[in-house]
Amino acid sequence: MDNLRKKAKELLESKSVDLVIGYENGTNGKARAVFIKDPEKTGKLIYDERCKQNLAVYLNKHEVKHYGRIAIVAPLMVMRSILVLISECQVKQENITVLGIGNDGSFLDFQSMEVVEKYISKIPLGNPEPDQVIIDKLNAMTMEERREFWQNELERCFKCYACRAACPMCYCLRCTVECNQPQWISAPAHPLGNLEWHQLRTMHLTGRCVSCGDCGRACPLNIPIHLLTMQQAEEAFHMFGVRAGTSMKADSALSTYKPDDKENFIL
Amino acid sequence: MSPSNIYVPYLMEIETITEEAPEVRTFRLKFKNQEEGENFKFSAGQFAEYSVMGGGESTFCIASAPTRKGYLECTFRKTGRVTNALSKLEVGDTVGLRGPYGNVFPIEEWEGKNLLYIAGGIALPPMRCVIWNTIDKREKYKDITIVYGARTVNDLVYKNELKEWEERPDINLITTVDPGGQTPDWKGEVGFVPTIVDKVAPNAENTIAIVCGPPIMIKFTFPVLKKLGFSDENIFTTLENRMKCGFGKCGRCNVGKYYVCKDGPVFTLSELNKMPAEY
Amino acid sequence: MIPEKKIIDRVALDKLYESLKAAGNKMFAPVFRNEQTNFEYNPAATEISYSHIQTTQSVKNTVFPKIENLFRFESSQKSVELVQIDFTKVPRVIVWNAHPCDAAAFSALDSVFNWDYVDEIYNARREKLVVIGMSCIRADENCFCTSVDLGPGAVKGSDILLTPLANGKFIAEILTDLGKSIADENASLFTASNGENKEEVLAKVEKQFSHEKVTENLKNGFENSFWHEFSLRCIGCGACAYVCPICTCFDIQDESKAGKGRRLRCWDSCGFGMFTLHTSGHNPREVQSQRWRQRLMHKFSYQPDRNEFIGCVGCGRCSRACPVDMNILEQLVELEKLEIAAK
Repeated sequence: MDNLRKKAKELLESKSVDLVIGYENGTNGKARAVFIKDPEKTGKLIYDERCKQNLAVYLNKHEVKHYGRIAIVAPLMVMRSILVLISECQVKQENITVLGIGNDGSFLDFQSMEVVEKYISKIPLGNPEPDQVIIDKLNAMTMEERREFWQNELERCFKCYACRAACPMCYCLRCTVECNQPQWISAPAHPLGNLEWHQLRTMHLTGRCVSCGDCGRACPLNIPIHLLTMQQAEEAFHMFGVRAGTSMKADSALSTYKPDDKENFIL
Repeated sequence: MSPSNIYVPYLMEIETITEEAPEVRTFRLKFKNQEEGENFKFSAGQFAEYSVMGGGESTFCIASAPTRKGYLECTFRKTGRVTNALSKLEVGDTVGLRGPYGNVFPIEEWEGKNLLYIAGGIALPPMRCVIWNTIDKREKYKDITIVYGARTVNDLVYKNELKEWEERPDINLITTVDPGGQTPDWKGEVGFVPTIVDKVAPNAENTIAIVCGPPIMIKFTFPVLKKLGFSDENIFTTLENRMKCGFGKCGRCNVGKYYVCKDGPVFTLSELNKMPAEY
Repeated sequence: MIPEKKIIDRVALDKLYESLKAAGNKMFAPVFRNEQTNFEYNPAATEISYSHIQTTQSVKNTVFPKIENLFRFESSQKSVELVQIDFTKVPRVIVWNAHPCDAAAFSALDSVFNWDYVDEIYNARREKLVVIGMSCIRADENCFCTSVDLGPGAVKGSDILLTPLANGKFIAEILTDLGKSIADENASLFTASNGENKEEVLAKVEKQFSHEKVTENLKNGFENSFWHEFSLRCIGCGACAYVCPICTCFDIQDESKAGKGRRLRCWDSCGFGMFTLHTSGHNPREVQSQRWRQRLMHKFSYQPDRNEFIGCVGCGRCSRACPVDMNILEQLVELEKLEIAAK
């Protein structure tokens, strides 16, 4: 933690970055995002098991982006998100400094994004164990059982779009759900509209989801929607052999055609 | 059958459709239920919610004058979902209409004064209602000047009426198009609306200025009017905030403690100065 | 009417619930499910939660459902028929075991839907609504009802307010004619009160700020840098608005298939970027700080100024639901302290 604070302070003092995004102690025992411009305030930075939010979501936020060069406290999921954002031309590599956090919570001083890529390449990637256990259970169900499970879950959704807002990859200024010529998806939160919305969200994140689980954590109604995108992350890996957020130059699984793409899913 | 709740529209039949400019159309609408038509009263400046069943509802001003009875007119440009759906309609088709909503231009208070109308592009329709209203009571007002600009000659709307106004000796009409928007035979001005207002330099003495247009035009026209000596109380405009309900409930047009649908759309510059600039 | 005080024990309370349900009322009561407590229609008496501090969602959907059909239409080649919905047929709904903050919120909703234009659909539901409140004997750090002129035992908005006593019985304050008719119809379930004092059992909720001071500060605080600083974390979802018992922003949408369909009203939020976007692309509230400011301004400045009520009952739901810890209480306390030079 001291190393993290020290590094953040140095970066701000030397004006190498304009802003540090990290975690601080929030209200009622929660950890939350903090935005630091003043080197003297870097003492606020913390990192512990409560720090679960995927901070990469802020890199595309208008008012944050406006600051310029940003250092960001980045456990693995954040690092991977940054790589996706770079590969999709959403943030500039030169504007981001990664204040890495290892799986053991230690500070990792990365000199460049290439080093970040190398670091990630050595780590086994996949869905978090507890989530994968539930996904396996769902996959073992019959299609009817699974449909019923999701219908029951998604019926509750009131379309606050916290799932979308929490996701670093959902950065579209105008989401498909808001396109109305034609109206692809029903705007109201009725069971059909909810099903359409979550299916669409899942498909748009296929091959881009880094399995951070923030969509599910953000859901105020505890709908486990992260299981949908996590399942698709595995699908994309099995179909195309790619995991999102491993390289700055990665091709998007669904929008890149390769002659040897599997075609056995085409009916 | 009278509407059972405030969201239910009147049904209107499209009597005529006029192509005003590329993608810009005027509908003349007649109440399907004659009694509803007779009871429908509105004043210059008010707006309505127009809808296509299945296509959605959208907000435009009532473009015809209350002094012209028996019909209502609206003019719209095909841009969004609802205007696209409206564009597909033909004469005889049905449109929903709720309203009238909002406040009015205080034209009685303007009696005995000069009127300076300044409009840009598709913003002539909201002003057309008040223009005709005051022309129909021409003797009550002194000089009437209309400065109207559009991007190109083709984009000028109400071409027949512009001709009529031009020919009338008691109306001073100045039309302008943006540089590059003129045709070889264009006899009007060339230049942006604020520049032309500056050039024409209307007398601010005993004059009311009414400005409608895109936000950028309004922004640059106000300083010109101020320079010419217009006081904030004598400059009127209409706000075009997005709306859904039209009656102060849905929250969309809320600006400060005001609701544009209830307290507007007509505001004076002195009223705008007291509001947060969220319009 | 003059409020009356009676006593009802837990067994009788369950009987009262079942009897009201059996009489054909639609009961709306809190149930613990999916790791949270929410109101549901017609649960069994045994399913009802009496131990939660706060439900995740409010009870506003009894009168302002997330989707409300406004009318139906049938259109063919050249004709359009509107089919009105008969709102006199909405069932009587009894909100069971609502905390005082929720009960009080209805009066704010009444103002919104009745100032100037009268919303018949809202009123049709509202007139059929009965509120059986439940005082709070526990509160958490997100609760701040006492800072907005309410309290854990506030009677505002309840037809009957229950307060659980240490002995397992409940004080029942019969507050309105409607409440009295329910108590009278089930008179055998109640016993006489013996001077029990609810103040002794109520949760302690310290007053955290003066809402008058907040409102005063907001009057001149529109341009303050506070909004940018305190909203950088906000990710712009609608969770706060949707769980709020007072937020009423809505959208109007059409849904149809082959000419037949409906026009409906559904929840929306001033926190969404698209909310105020013009067709031209111009957006009066372009960035999130402006939208967050709108939320707090509307509740603590515009509504007090325009409609003479505070748009907040201190239930703390928005703070609990927020995925990024935008804590409204923390911000209101800051706003109270804010030094703003008067313009």
